[in-house]
This record gives sequence, structure tokens and C-alpha cells, in this order.
Amino acid sequence: MSRFQQRLMANLSPSGRLSWPELYAAQARNSRHPALRDFYAAGVPDPGTPLAEVPLVAIDFETTGLDAKTCDIVSIGLVPMTIKRIYSSQARHWIVRPRTDLSTDSVVVHGITHSDVDAAPDLSQQLDEVLEQLKGKVVVAHCCAIERNFLDKAVRARWGDGIRFPMLDTMQLEADLVRQPTLIERVFGAHKKSLRLGDARERYGLPFYHPHHAQTDALACAELLQAQIASHCSPTVSIASLWC
Amino acid sequence: MQAEHIEILEFLRQHQPFTELDDKVLQRIAEHTDVTYYKAGTQILAFGEEITDWHVIRSGVVEVYRRSGELYDRLTTGGYFGQFGLLRNNRIRFPARALEDTLVYLIPEAMFTELFEEHENFADQVEVEDRSRLRQAVARQIDGNQLMSAEVDSLIQREPQLVTVSTPVRDAAIRMSEAGVTCVLVVTESDQPLAASRLVGIVTDKDIRNRLVVPGLPYDTPIEDIMSGCIASVEHSQFVFEAMLMMLRYNVHHLPVMRHGIPIGVIALPDVIRYESQNSLFVVRNIFKAKTVEELAALQPEVKACFSRLVAEDANSRMIGTSMAVIGRSFKQRLLEMAEAELGPPPVPYCFLALGSMAREEQLIVTDQDNAMILDNAYNPKEHEAYFVALAKFVCDGLHACGYEYCRGGIMATNPKWRKTLKQWQQAFVDWIENPVQEVLLNSFIFFDMQGVWGETQWASQLTGLVAEKAMHNPMFLACMARGALGRTPPLGFFKGFVMESDGDHSRSINMKRRGTAPLADLVRVHALAIGSRAHNSFERLQDLIAADYLPEGQGPDLRDALEMLAMVRIRHQAKDLEAGRVPDNSIEPDNLSDFERKTLKDAFQIVSNAQKSLRFRYQSVRAYG
Repeated sequence: MSRFQQRLMANLSPSGRLSWPELYAAQARNSRHPALRDFYAAGVPDPGTPLAEVPLVAIDFETTGLDAKTCDIVSIGLVPMTIKRIYSSQARHWIVRPRTDLSTDSVVVHGITHSDVDAAPDLSQQLDEVLEQLKGKVVVAHCCAIERNFLDKAVRARWGDGIRFPMLDTMQLEADLVRQPTLIERVFGAHKKSLRLGDARERYGLPFYHPHHAQTDALACAELLQAQIASHCSPTVSIASLWC
Repeated sequence: MQAEHIEILEFLRQHQPFTELDDKVLQRIAEHTDVTYYKAGTQILAFGEEITDWHVIRSGVVEVYRRSGELYDRLTTGGYFGQFGLLRNNRIRFPARALEDTLVYLIPEAMFTELFEEHENFADQVEVEDRSRLRQAVARQIDGNQLMSAEVDSLIQREPQLVTVSTPVRDAAIRMSEAGVTCVLVVTESDQPLAASRLVGIVTDKDIRNRLVVPGLPYDTPIEDIMSGCIASVEHSQFVFEAMLMMLRYNVHHLPVMRHGIPIGVIALPDVIRYESQNSLFVVRNIFKAKTVEELAALQPEVKACFSRLVAEDANSRMIGTSMAVIGRSFKQRLLEMAEAELGPPPVPYCFLALGSMAREEQLIVTDQDNAMILDNAYNPKEHEAYFVALAKFVCDGLHACGYEYCRGGIMATNPKWRKTLKQWQQAFVDWIENPVQEVLLNSFIFFDMQGVWGETQWASQLTGLVAEKAMHNPMFLACMARGALGRTPPLGFFKGFVMESDGDHSRSINMKRRGTAPLADLVRVHALAIGSRAHNSFERLQDLIAADYLPEGQGPDLRDALEMLAMVRIRHQAKDLEAGRVPDNSIEPDNLSDFERKTLKDAFQIVSNAQKSLRFRYQSVRAYG
């Protein structure tokens, strides 16, 4: 059984944990902040929904660093999509003031400066809008742990409760879908396939986009997902076989 | 916070036709653009489907097809498709398929329509019809050159001075002095007012000096005796460049301007020269001033400069082709004058012929000499051959020295095969037309573009007349000519740095003569023969075809534009070669074409290809019975 099939099986039979619809139903009752209750009340696509019919939204954050415990969000980019069309025309981009220090290292990466963030509002002012965009959709990100953990922490810090939703991770998909080097190849020094966004895109003939701009990265991720699905997957596959 | 469509915007900034738009507009486009990815091999658009977006290729390769399944175009990054459908009931006319993995930017219809309607340059660049862009390109080029857009009217400064044929020269001279003009027009004696009388001649200052004063004729000589017959005039609404062509063709420096048959003025060489600085007329004058073959050969840089200048001044292909043909003809005429001066007068009358592009007045800077001779029927080889051998050798060697290379096919007056008596030529044409043999005809195409340049030039017109009368009644001959004209096809277009063939093959460069202008000239010739046109020039032939309503709707003007575009690309290419000090040729590499040229050329190729198809269709039945 391939790793992809293994994951597929694992996702179809969640053991012990609440399924996503169950979790949403519970949170819609239990969350303290009305915006969160709204978010969950909007629901999540049924796990059996064919991928082609699922409204998706690709997101990307730029952050002050990699650790969600000590770092915070600097910018959010978001592009609604389906596997047929990426609604770049409805893309959104916010710069927000992080609650932790903006290190010089991270400024070099994402190019958002101290004066940019000083002029920006705190995320709490944007959070309603962000969640409005994610509502009812499945969220797509490249290396979804970052977006998942940072948003969870940021929401928790501001509204007392955290947030969780199913995600499609293009990095994980790439790891599962793309053939890994064989043992012999590894022994003879063939490089492990890079799973970085730009490298993954290159494998599908996608153009180079300058990285580390949240909206561009979200678009890049959206395009990558379409390419991955077109290459490796049927559009009729259930959303539950891919989300995590 | 505003969305920042950085990558899309950056892409638009770098690609035609968006480069025509300012950044604010591009920003708006970027904001309205969506994106879709297509795996290699997937159908992007299917025939008849609804379409609501304009498709711009961000990366990858897309093939666009005709409904028949025939390849229409292959596009890569920066290419676009779907506009035909958007402008036609939102139904897809040209299906498209991803040849490689492809990322497409989708610009919604409303945005596309807005761009198309509000930004003229943008609309010009976008291929919406096979012909509209080409037409606009040709029209814009004409706008750019005053010589071509100004009408003769605008040059007339005063009323013409008219005198009757019997007027004494002195009276005419007094009139000229009083009016401050350098010429008078001569009309017939009649009861009507002068202006309504028939114009028969023209007399210039120079004529009075050379034909009256120098020979010592009395001042009361009737002006008729010293006038030049009025062989050429222009209509008031013709373009200045046409007046210039007329002056070149007849080697005259004054032209009467007519309106409804009445002379309303005279334009002189300097009037025209104001419009064209490095005038071909000067080159012609210098050719006739040259005293030796060496002096003639030394004029080559002037010829090249004249060519380059015409190109720089945005002259059209017609003007350049005629100018170069007139210059070529002048070389021949001067060489024949020299030859006759050296060898003595010809023992029997003859006519020296120009063939091919020179006869069609479509000559460029790179050219072979194609010529032949008609000899008087009284020609007797034993007595006369030596003279004509020497004459032909003198002229052909001279032309070679002047940069017109020997014809590799041996079609030159030095070849005894192409020195025939008038009777023999008539017989040859009758044979070609009445008993057409494909292989023979293929090598004889060139004789169906024939012009007399020296001597008994009316013989050349007689032969042209014979061909015009006979050809149209001989479908077998026309079918043979048609088959010959279909031997060379244009390519499909361009893809990346390559020339694209209809079967998907690629090559590095294209010979614009062999694959462009020549097949088109061949095609136009067949049609012209079929309607009995006596015109030589392809544009004039097309005019005859349009007037005779012979071609399918719209094809005449399309072919005219296509010819102009193909010829101009060739011409500009040669001008660039000259500028860079290279030997000019006809071979063009797609990399050296502008984006716009590639697109308009593709349109032109398409028109030629379609015209070839309809030519094939027209003669299909003849072929079946043949």
C-alpha cells in the first residue's frame, strides 16, 4: 500500500477523534466569541463531497519567526479557489502589527518593515474579515502546520479560544504524491526531492514567483494544488481523502 | 488592506499587448484576473462552448485549432486566445488544448471588452480577425509618411498657363515670365475655352533653351514644334507618391494635374522632392550622367542609400519596389546606350526586356538580372548574331558590375535561347498557353512578367496583349499555372524562436521571398491571366481583380494587405542588413522580428494560405479532366 493510500484509509476512518463535522457542531455551541461561533456554524463540507465541488481558499502567513509559541503573524494573504478556477480577483492581503518583536532576520525574508507594521492595526481588527473568508471552505496551505498553529495561537490570544479547521497541505500532498528516490538512488547520492513551494511548482511547469509575499505565496500554493490534482488525482475523489 | 497582485502585474508589464497600456490600467487588469492550471494534453476550450474569459498564457504551451481540427496556432508564454469567441456571441470558435503543462491567466470578458474599446493601440495589437490587424498596420504605415498620405492637390500653387499649339514660342515665353512659372501646357486649337481643350503637350524652360535657342530656331516657331507630347498626367486626388512614381516611370520633371479632364495645375520635381530627401529621381539622373561602366558601378552606394532612405521614411512597398525597378531599368537603358555607342547602331531593330520582379516593379535591393531580347523578324543569325551577342554581353556584364548578379537560371539576353525574333516569341507564348506542360511552364513563369525597357518597347506590349487574350480562354494552361503557383506554401506562423510549419515542424529561419512574396505574386498572376489583365504589378493586378469582382468577397483587399506586409518585412530586413554592413538577403530569423511583426506576418501567411486553397479549389475540376 502506498503512503498515499495509507493516508487515505487513515482519513476515512478517524479513530477516537471527533470528525470535522462533529467538531464544528460542538464548537458552534461552545466557543465564547460570537465570530467563532459563526465560523463553526457555517459548517464544513461533508467529508464525502467530491473535491471538485468543494469551495477552497488558499492562505499564507508571513511571520516574525517559525515558532508559533514565540512569534506572531505579520501579514496574511488569501485566495479563494476551486480546483477549476483560482479567484485571484477576490484575493485579499493584510499587514498586521505583531505582538512580538519584528526581528531583523524576518524583515529580510518578507520585506515588511518596522514602519509598515507600526502603521498596521492589530490582528484583532482584521480577524472577523479573515474568518469570514475562510468560513464554509476548506483551507489550503503549503506546510499547513504554520498557518494552523499561528492562527490558532493568534485567535486564542485575542478571543480566549483557539481555532481548528480541516486543511489541504500542498507540501504533504507533494511528499505523498511524488515518487521518492529509491534506496539505490539515495545511496548513490541522488538528492531527496525538495518539497519547498518553489521547487514543487517547478515540477509542474509553474512559473517562478517571488516568494515571501503572503498573497503571492497563497496564489502560488493555489496553483500548485491545481497542478497536483490535475497530475495525480481525480476531481471526484472525496475531500476527506485529502484533508488533514 | 488592498490586495497586491504583484506577479500578475509584473507579468502584464512585460508582455504585449499590455505594454501598450499605462500602469493604472494594468493594475486594474491584475485585480480582475483569475488563474487556472491545465495539465499537458487537456482540452482548454471546446468548439461551441460558452466563453467568458480572455485567456493569457502565463507559462506553458497551448495549441489552437480550427473547427476542422487543423492547427491554427501554437502559443507560449505571453500568447493569448479566446478573443474570437468573446467578440462573437461568446461561443468558442477556435478550440484550444494544452500541449505542455500550462498556467493561464483569465481576464473576464467585461475587462477585455473595456480594454478593447477604450485603448486603440491595445485593440490594434490583439488579433481579432485574420485581417483587421493587418489592415490597420498597413494603414498606420501610410499615415506615417506624408508622401503617401498627401494628395497632389496640396502641391498646386497656381493655375496652369495654357497656350494653343500654334502659339509662337516667344509669346509663350512672355506668358511664362509674367506668371513666374517654368512651364506651359499646350492644348489643341478649338472654339472652346482653353481649359476645356484637349491637353497635348508641355513646354518647359529647358525645352526653350535646348530645342529653340540651341538649334537657333526663330522665336515665332509654333510651340507645338518644341513641346513634349503629354504622355503622363495625374488626377488631383492621387497621392503625391503616385505622382512621384509617374515622374520616375516616364522620366519627366513636370506633371499636369487634372480634374475631370481639365488641367488645374502643374507639379514639378522640386515640389515632390520636398517630401523625399534622398530622391530616387536623383539616382536616376546620375545613372544617365555616368559616362562609363565604372562610373555606373560606382553608383551602387547611392542606390543602397536611396533604398535605406525610402525605408526610413516609411515609404510603402509599392513605392520602394517601383523606385528600385526604375533605377534598375535606368541602369539597363544607360548600358544599352553605351553599348550602342560602342558597337554602333543595331543592324535590325530590337527590344530589350526586363523580366520577373523588375517587370512587376517589385524589385528590392537583392536581385538577379532577368532579361531577354526581342529581335526584329528580319533578323538573320548569320549577319546579325555577332552584334547582339556582343550587345547582350556588354549589358549583362555591366549589370553584374553594377550589383545585379547574373541569373543563375541563365535567363539573360546572353543566352541564345532568350534572344528570339518577335515571331518566335509569339510562337513560344502560343505553345506555352495552348499546349501547357507543367515542367516547362514552371520555368517560364518569369516570362509572364515582362516589360520592354529599350528599343521597340511596343513589341513587349504586343506580347503581353497576346498572353492576356489567349490565357483566359485556356483553362488547361491556367490550371497548370495554378498548380505551379501552389508549389510553395507559406508557413503557419512563429513559435518561440522558430518558424512553425502547418505540420508542426520547426525551422530556424524563413526565406521571405520563397515562402512569402513569391507564392503570393504567383497566385495573383494566375488570377490576373484568367481575367485577361495586362497589368504587370501585383498591386495593379489585384486592383483589376477587385474591379472585375473575380475573387471571393474580401480576398482582394486582404491579399493586397498581405503583400504589403510580406514585402515590407522583407524590405525592412534588407535595410537592416545594409545598415549593419551585411550583405542583404531574404532569410529572416523570427528572433529578429518584433512581436507585432510576428503577429501581422502570421495574419499575412494565413491569407496567402487561404487564397492558395481557394485557387486549388477553383482549378480542381480542370485538373480532374486534364
